[in-house]
Amino acid sequence: MLNLAIVSPFIIALIVPLLYKSLKRVHTGWFVLIVPIVLFLYLVQFIPSVASGEVYIYEVPWIPSLGINFTAYLDGLSLILALLITGVGSLVILYSIYYLSKERESLGHFYVYLLMFMGAMLGVVFSDNLMVLYLFWELTSISSFLLIAYWYHRRQSRYGAQKSMLITVTGGIGMLAGFIMLSTMMDTFSIREIIANVAGYTDHALFIPAMLLVLLGAFTKSAQFPFHIWLPDAMEAPTPVSAYLHSATMVKAGIYLVARFTPVFGGDAVWFWVVSLVGMITLFWGSFNAVRQTDLKALLAYSTISQLGLIMSLLGIGSAALYFDASNAASAMYSIAIFTALFHLVNHSTFKGALFMVVGIVDHETGTRDIRKLGGLMTIMPVTFTLAVVGSFAMAGLPPFNGFLSKEMFFTAVLDVTQLSFFSIDTWGMLFPIVAWIASVFTFVYSMILVFKTFLGKHQPEKLEKTAHEAPIGMLISPVILASLVIVFFFFPNLLGEYLIKPGYAAVMPTFVGVEGYDTQFNISAWHGFNTELLMTLGVVGFGVVLYQLWPKWEGVYALFPRKWTLDNLYNRSLLTLENQSTNFTNRYMTGNMYHYMVYIFIAILVIVTGVVAYTGAISIDSSNDAPISIYEGFIAAVMAVTALSIPFAKSRLTAILLNGVLGYLLALFFVFFRAPDLALTQLVVETVSAALFLLCFYFLPEWEKEARKPRIKVMNAIIAVSVGTLVTLLALSVQNNRFFDSISSFYENAYELAGAQNIVNAILGDFRAFDTMLEVVVLLIAGLGVYVLIKLKPKKEERGQDVEGE
Amino acid sequence: MEILMFMAIGVLFAVGTYFILCRSLLKVIIGILLISHGAHMLLLTMAGLRQGVPPLVDLSGSEATDPLPQAMILTAIVISFGITAFLVVLAYRTYRVNKTEDLDKLRGSDDE
Repeated sequence: MLNLAIVSPFIIALIVPLLYKSLKRVHTGWFVLIVPIVLFLYLVQFIPSVASGEVYIYEVPWIPSLGINFTAYLDGLSLILALLITGVGSLVILYSIYYLSKERESLGHFYVYLLMFMGAMLGVVFSDNLMVLYLFWELTSISSFLLIAYWYHRRQSRYGAQKSMLITVTGGIGMLAGFIMLSTMMDTFSIREIIANVAGYTDHALFIPAMLLVLLGAFTKSAQFPFHIWLPDAMEAPTPVSAYLHSATMVKAGIYLVARFTPVFGGDAVWFWVVSLVGMITLFWGSFNAVRQTDLKALLAYSTISQLGLIMSLLGIGSAALYFDASNAASAMYSIAIFTALFHLVNHSTFKGALFMVVGIVDHETGTRDIRKLGGLMTIMPVTFTLAVVGSFAMAGLPPFNGFLSKEMFFTAVLDVTQLSFFSIDTWGMLFPIVAWIASVFTFVYSMILVFKTFLGKHQPEKLEKTAHEAPIGMLISPVILASLVIVFFFFPNLLGEYLIKPGYAAVMPTFVGVEGYDTQFNISAWHGFNTELLMTLGVVGFGVVLYQLWPKWEGVYALFPRKWTLDNLYNRSLLTLENQSTNFTNRYMTGNMYHYMVYIFIAILVIVTGVVAYTGAISIDSSNDAPISIYEGFIAAVMAVTALSIPFAKSRLTAILLNGVLGYLLALFFVFFRAPDLALTQLVVETVSAALFLLCFYFLPEWEKEARKPRIKVMNAIIAVSVGTLVTLLALSVQNNRFFDSISSFYENAYELAGAQNIVNAILGDFRAFDTMLEVVVLLIAGLGVYVLIKLKPKKEERGQDVEGE
Repeated sequence: MEILMFMAIGVLFAVGTYFILCRSLLKVIIGILLISHGAHMLLLTMAGLRQGVPPLVDLSGSEATDPLPQAMILTAIVISFGITAFLVVLAYRTYRVNKTEDLDKLRGSDDE
C-alpha cells in the first residue's frame, strides 16, 4: 500500500542505528540500499496502469474531525517524482557506500537523515492533503538541514545549514499561509477537490494572495531568484547529499508544487508572469554566475539554479494554455511547454546527478575541487572523464545527449511565447527567446569549463593533496548508470515520453486530455529539420566556443558585480543588522533598573485606562445617592489626606513610620465610624504589630536619606503619582455612581437561621465563604515561614566572611 | 461623603505611587503599605457609606451595613500584613547581604 511505502523509510530509519552499532563490519549503507530499491521496484509496476490513465488513492484517517487525512494519491506527476526519488536515491546510496568511509564517518547519522529525507520527499509528492503535504515539506527542510550540517564541526557547514533552513522554512511558512487561505476559500484540504472546485473561486479576494504565498514556498525550495543564495552554500554537505537533495530531488519539490497547482492557478495572468519571469531571471542569473565559480560544486550549484529556472519558466509558459479553452488548437501548442518541463526535469536529474558524482570522485581522488588546481586528469581518470563529458554535454544541450532534446523543445516553447497575444505578452514576448538564448550560451561556457579545465590542460600533481588515480569501481557504478540513461533517453525519448512524461502532463493539464491531436503532439524527435531552434543551438555552440576561448579577456565583466552588492552579502548584512538592532532595542528598554519598569507599568496603566475611559465616555459623576457628609468623618478624611501628603516630606524614617502608623489608626477610626467593629479591631492590632516590625527591622537599615534623584525625574514621578491618584478617584466616582443592581448582602442577614451566628461578618468568614479564610491562613503561614527562613538562612560560603563582618 | 473619601483615597494612591518610584527600598515598602490602606478604604467606600447598625443580627431590627465588603477587607488586611512582614524582612536581609538598599544599585549580577 502506498501509505506504507511513504512511511517505510522512516521505519527503517529507526532500525539503522541498531544495525550500525551491532554490525560494525558491514557498511551500513548496504542495508539501507534495500529500501529505495524495493520502493523503486514497487513503483515501477504502476507505470503501465498510470500510463493508461489510472490514478490510485489510498486514504488513512489521521485527524478526520479536522479534515486532515493521510491521503496518498498517485498519478503521472507524482509517479515521475517518486521514481526519481527512489531511483536516484538507490544510486546515491550505492555511491555513498564507496564515498563515505566506514571508519571515519558516523554512518548511522547519515543514513538516518537520508532515509528521513527520502520518506519526507515521497510524502511530499504523494500527499493529496494540504496539511500533510506541508508536514512532509517541512520534514524535507529539516532533514536537508541535518544533512548539510553533517560535518558539523566545520563552520561553513553550519553556516550553510542555517542559511538553507532559514530561507526554506520562511518560504514553507508562507506556503502554509497560502494553503490555509486555499482551504478556507474552498472548505477542503484535498488538492483534488480544490482543482475540481477552483473555477468558482478565481475572483475570490484570497485567490491571488494564496497563489503568491504558495509560489513563495515553491521558489524558496527550488532556489529561484532571489532565494537561490542558500543552494551554493548547501554544497558544504557531503557530495552524495548534494547529488541527491540539491540537484535531483529536494529542489524539484518546488517545481512539483508549481506543477501540482498549475490546474488551480494556471489560467491567471499573475501566475503566468510571476512563474515564467522568475524562472527566466533565475535561468539567466544562475548560468551567468556559474561561469565565474572556481569551485566545481559551486559551479554545479549555480548550474542547478539555472536549470531549475528553465524548468520553472517552462511551467509558467505552459500555464498560459489554460487561459484558453482546451479545444483551442493554439493552446495545445503552448501547453506542450509543460511536457517539456517534465521532460527536462527527468533529464536534469540524470545528468546533474551524474555530474555531482563525478565531482565527488574528483574531490575524493585528488583532495580538491578547485578548478585552478585541477587539470590534465583525462588520462589518469578516463572513466570519470567520459562521464563528465556525457553529463556536461547533456547540460550544454549537445547531441547525442538528452539535454539536446529538452533544450530544443525549450527553444520551441520560448519562440511560441512570442506569438501569444494576451497578458500583454506581444510587447515583452521577444525577451523570452533572447534571454533563453543568452543563458544557453553561458550554460555552454560553464559546461565546457567543467570538463576542460578539470580534465584537459596540464596536470599539476604538486598542488594536489593526494596522488590522483581512477576511482574504485563501486563508486563509478552509479554515475555510469545515470550517464547511460542520458544517452538512452536521447535515442529512445518517446519511450520515456509515452510511459512517464505523458501521464505527468495529463496530471498537470487534466482538461487537455483527449482534445483533438492530443496523442500526436508528444512525439519527441531528435531531428526537426532546419528550423529556428536548430539555428539557435548552432549559435549557442558558436558563441559558446568563442566565449570559452576568450574567457580571460572578458573575466573583468564580473568585476562589475562586486562582492558588496551580492545577494549573499545582503542576506548576511540583514541578518547581522537584525540581530544587532534587536539586541540594541532590548538593551535600551530592559535596563535592569526596577524604577524604569515601574515607570513603564504605571504609564501603561495610565494610558490604557484613561484611553478606554475616554473612548467609552465612562466618566460620570453623580453624587445624588451619596451619604451626607458628617463633621467627624469629613474631618478625619481631611486629616488622613494631610498625613499622607506629609510623609514624603518627613525628615527621618522614624517620622515616616509613625505617620504611617497614624494613617493606620485613622483607618481603624473609619472602621469604627462606618460600623465595622471587627475591622477596627483587626486594623488596630495589625497596625500596631506592623509598626513594631518596621521599627525593629529599620533599626538595621541605614538612615532615611534625601531622595537621590534628579529634580527633573522627581517632577515626572510626582506627575505620574498625581495622575494615578486622580485616575483612581475618578474611576471610583464613576463606578460608585453606576450601580446596576443591589447588593446580595441581604442573603447574609439570615446568618442566624442558616449558620447560627449573630456576627454576620464572622459568619461570612467562617461559614459562608470559609474557603477564603482557609487560604488566607495559608498565606500567613507561608509568610511566617518565609520570614523565618530569611532570617535563619545561612549565607553561602563566599558571602559568609562579609556577613560576619556586618554583625 | 463618598467624594471626600475618594479624594482621600486618591491622595493615598498618589503618595504610594510616588514612593514606589523612589530609590530606597524602605520607601518602596511604605508606598506599598499606603496603597493597601487606600485599597481597603476603597473597598469600604464602594460598598456605600449609608448609615446603619453594625452587621450583627438581631440588635434592633433596623437596617445593617453591608457585611460582605467587611469580610473581604478583613481578609485583605491579613494578607497584606503577611506580605508586609515578609517584605520588611526581605529588605532587612537584602541590606545585610548587599550593603545597600538603593534600588538603582541593586541591579542583579553580570553572570545572570
